[in-house]
Amino acid sequence: MCLSIPSKIVELHPEETSITVDTMGVKRKVSCHLIDEPLALDDYVLIHIGFAMNKIDKADALETLELYKEIAQKMEPES
Amino acid sequence: MLELKQLYQGFRDPTTIANLSKQIAQQAAKVDGDIRIMEVCGGHTHTIMKYGLNQLLPDNIDFIHGPGCPVCIMPKERIDHAIAMASQDNVILVTLGDMIRVPGSKGTLAQCRADGRDIRPIYDPLDTIKIAQDNPDKTVVFFAIGFETSTPMTAVLIEQAEKLAINNLYFHINHVLVPPAIDAVMADPKVKVNAFIGPSHVSVIQGSEIYRPAVDKYGTPVVVSGFEPVDVMESILRITTQKAANVAELDNQYSRAVTPEGNLAAKAIIDKYLCIRPEFRWRGLGPIPNSALMLREAFSHRDAELHFASILPTEEIEDHKACQCGDILRGLCKPKDCKVFGRGCSPESPMGSCMVSSEGACNAYYRYGGIND
Repeated sequence: MCLSIPSKIVELHPEETSITVDTMGVKRKVSCHLIDEPLALDDYVLIHIGFAMNKIDKADALETLELYKEIAQKMEPES
Repeated sequence: MLELKQLYQGFRDPTTIANLSKQIAQQAAKVDGDIRIMEVCGGHTHTIMKYGLNQLLPDNIDFIHGPGCPVCIMPKERIDHAIAMASQDNVILVTLGDMIRVPGSKGTLAQCRADGRDIRPIYDPLDTIKIAQDNPDKTVVFFAIGFETSTPMTAVLIEQAEKLAINNLYFHINHVLVPPAIDAVMADPKVKVNAFIGPSHVSVIQGSEIYRPAVDKYGTPVVVSGFEPVDVMESILRITTQKAANVAELDNQYSRAVTPEGNLAAKAIIDKYLCIRPEFRWRGLGPIPNSALMLREAFSHRDAELHFASILPTEEIEDHKACQCGDILRGLCKPKDCKVFGRGCSPESPMGSCMVSSEGACNAYYRYGGIND
């Protein structure tokens, strides 16, 4: 129920408060009534029941993934 | 440059999961006693069972599956409301998909639909606008369900109905709140939870700060977590690290999506149209004060509970005696402890609501059973 899907913005339709997103190859139009901040093409958003819920912080996601890589490198010699 | 697929694959990476598992074991070895983590949200239950994460953890870490599945906690009388409204002539009942298979006291909305009533499961609440516009001579009821995650979408729908003056659209509001449910769980002396994984998308809307009172009141760590298996493992590591250091803090693992204050636009629109309901009866947990929402008085002209007051049953209905959904939702037993699990009760013909929703604990155990004895 509260699941939501990371998706990429591929079209903006400000006149109808909506965007078209790509969810791993599937495109659909969703509402962005709940987003106050400016949205741009190639931004990532979380989609839940036809609405964008927020913008995903790309820098934060990259930093986290980088951290996991570092952990993997540190742990490799032990295992 | 972040690729979209990294947001999936990066957080499902088996090596990362294995590394986190080792680190959790190291931290857990420093902890005296058991770490009993309630993952409040059914989405996390699903992740834990689907990826078998419980098998990657030391013996002193156990999960207690929480009440965070909006379909699971819906008491039968509310489903009876939906059926009563849908059974009226010239009514179209619109609701989110999962809801239509949950049994009330006299069957499900799906059976009601098979009997010829007009019940429309939808994915996007805004589709209700078109349904109402296309059927001006019918009364359309949006049966609104969900935790904080799904509430702002209902508020947008109310706003659109008001703006477009769609006068044949009514709302039956069943939106419920996570923090009062945590309080209700912790109020039961039999419940032995000593850490929480905070929901992902409830927190996207409401912000991680909504759990601070729980951290302060109960002295338990709360770590807000993303839904992917790496997210959940990292959150367990953070909880275990807190336990090893004997501290209890609010932490946010899902910082790529959750801020302390949440989505302010979403919170503002909820507040404009909805207010706190003095009491709501939860399946399994009983009546909890201030645990749900209702329409503000200024929008009572759209309140289906007022419009249909004369036909809505008022009796409270308990679950089938053999069904242990109530105990499961409070973390007092596991799905496999229930006598009807997998026998009288299965996803094809559920007796209890925990088996219906894909986020229900029983459904997750049934679906991924065998690998998690």
